[in-house]
Amino acid sequence: MSETQKASLSPEGVLGELRKNGVTHVMWLPDSETNWLYMLMKAEPSLRLVGVTREGLAFSAAAGVWTGGKTPVILIQNTGLMESGDSLRGWALGLSVPVVLVVGYRGWTRHGVNSDTAATYTERFLHAFGINYYLVEDDSDAPRISVAFEEARKTKRPVAVLVADEYHGFNR
Amino acid sequence: MMETAEVLKVFARHRGDAIVIPGRGGRHWTSISTRPSLDLPLGDPAMGGHASYALGVALAQPGRKVVVFDSEGDLLMGLGTLATIAEQQPGNLYHFLLDNGCYATTGGQPVPNAQNVAYDALARAAGYNRTHRFDNLESFAIELERILAASGPVFTWLKIVPDVENRPIKQRSKWQTRARDQVIADLQRELGINRGAKA
Repeated sequence: MSETQKASLSPEGVLGELRKNGVTHVMWLPDSETNWLYMLMKAEPSLRLVGVTREGLAFSAAAGVWTGGKTPVILIQNTGLMESGDSLRGWALGLSVPVVLVVGYRGWTRHGVNSDTAATYTERFLHAFGINYYLVEDDSDAPRISVAFEEARKTKRPVAVLVADEYHGFNR
Repeated sequence: MMETAEVLKVFARHRGDAIVIPGRGGRHWTSISTRPSLDLPLGDPAMGGHASYALGVALAQPGRKVVVFDSEGDLLMGLGTLATIAEQQPGNLYHFLLDNGCYATTGGQPVPNAQNVAYDALARAAGYNRTHRFDNLESFAIELERILAASGPVFTWLKIVPDVENRPIKQRSKWQTRARDQVIADLQRELGINRGAKA
């Protein structure tokens, strides 16, 4: 196993965290490198995948799932998160929906120097909305996903998980 | 063309134990409904999301009818939701569109191409099982029972008279009788949903 593989975040680990936290519905719009996670989720009988056409719609759909008593998760890319500002405000924060946002952190680099404005503005965006977040780089960080779920439940607010491993962990 | 309140009064006779998301019809529905604990009069949390919200409720509560009164300006903000709903095929979702041709709450400016968009055709093309269009109350009243008896997702386009609001927002009368959190808590209690359950 190469060093890159050792340091990666496995889609199985992410799926395990979703299962552990009782997720029933995945509101999602695929980002560039998550196809393996998609295939695993699709094969997981306890999950229903709800593909949206614009990320903001994931927030209203997730709010509906939660209203109806089930457990949604939102799986989108950081670009889509930024597109979703008003929906995040109105449907998630406004209705006190305890939902976890699993966000592909496009452009992120460990050393903080990036050439992608999507990464430049991601954390600033979350700060602006007062959304707490956890960075997940590899499997050793995966338990932070459960921390995010627990925090969402306690605070009745959205909590984000930034998946910084986008460009190798999910891309086999 | 129909009045929103009259449409909702006709619907009220057939709602049974459906969950109702009245959308921009909420200002009328709150005084018409006799089952407020099954209503979700949320006003406008963020424009463009009512149909997706209804989809979420319908997926989470597959054993119960879910009825949403969407509006055309709202739907136009997220037309892709038609494809998502059609893909999910929620048999319990009834999607009514209150189309007044304009942004009534901002002074009545027309929505883009207001007189020419065929919303029923859009829904049908996206993959809805059934679509309907009504511009008079009598026909709607005759057909409504059959519409609600069919398996969803069903899309029903209703041409309504604009109820244009021109006063500044702070001067408008508030029609909500419950806070949004309370509305949801009441529904969840009615449905036996434990809010202490996992997020």
